[in-house]
Amino acid sequence: MSDVKKFLYVNRKAPYGTIYALESLEVVLIGAAFEQDVALAFLDDGVFQLTKSQETDGIGCKNFSPTFRALGDYDVTRLYVERESLEERGLTEDDLQEIMYEDEDDDWAEKPSICVISRAEMADVMAEQDVILSF
Amino acid sequence: MKIGVLVSEGPYTHEAVDSAYNFVKAALAAGHEVPRVFFYHDGVNVSTRLSVPPQDERNIQENWTNLAKEHGVDLVVCIAAAQRRGILDKNEAERQGKDADNIAEGFRISGLGQLIELGIQADRLVTFGD
Repeated sequence: MSDVKKFLYVNRKAPYGTIYALESLEVVLIGAAFEQDVALAFLDDGVFQLTKSQETDGIGCKNFSPTFRALGDYDVTRLYVERESLEERGLTEDDLQEIMYEDEDDDWAEKPSICVISRAEMADVMAEQDVILSF
Repeated sequence: MKIGVLVSEGPYTHEAVDSAYNFVKAALAAGHEVPRVFFYHDGVNVSTRLSVPPQDERNIQENWTNLAKEHGVDLVVCIAAAQRRGILDKNEAERQGKDADNIAEGFRISGLGQLIELGIQADRLVTFGD
């Protein structure tokens, strides 16, 4: 496909309790095959999706959080996290998983995929997209 | 303008699917093109032909089926979301060893790639959800 659009997947909901987070990730994984310019945004309760040490045995749901660490293999290397959403929930970047990707333009150097940005910067990120899918 | 539509909430519980229907009708009436509506999350439940709402209520599935017939809008139901929620066409029912299918006329089951493709090809992708 010749035309490349900027896709942003916006994740606003907690990882469990509703299915939105899981089904959002399914779209991201399928969409990766279309070679578009893809980024993910995490805000509101969506920031909980990236927290480390998730343990779901007690609720009978699959813990899908390890999948985020595989996104780099799908060339999905930009995960924007809203700083205010973290702070409002008593979270810091240290509470999030370490998610790395190998930068093919920089001799496959390992770089972090997560980028914590302010609410105002998040608005700028959204403004430059062609397609926004909100979950 | 070419407008793609994503419906991400289920019928009757949420108004999103009604708003999407009204939006698509208005867009077509205004001369826009709506090539495809993609149903995701509980939105897939719109496509069961087995819903029987009271006669003095709108029939959401029939409304969409008629829209597809009259305007050729491609109504696509996400296969992964549909299988979780018991929405099957004949092929899938046979493949999964189920004794019945339930997808309504005018809808078809396909993959999430159809949503991405819609986002690429349409001038605008409009989501109706919560």
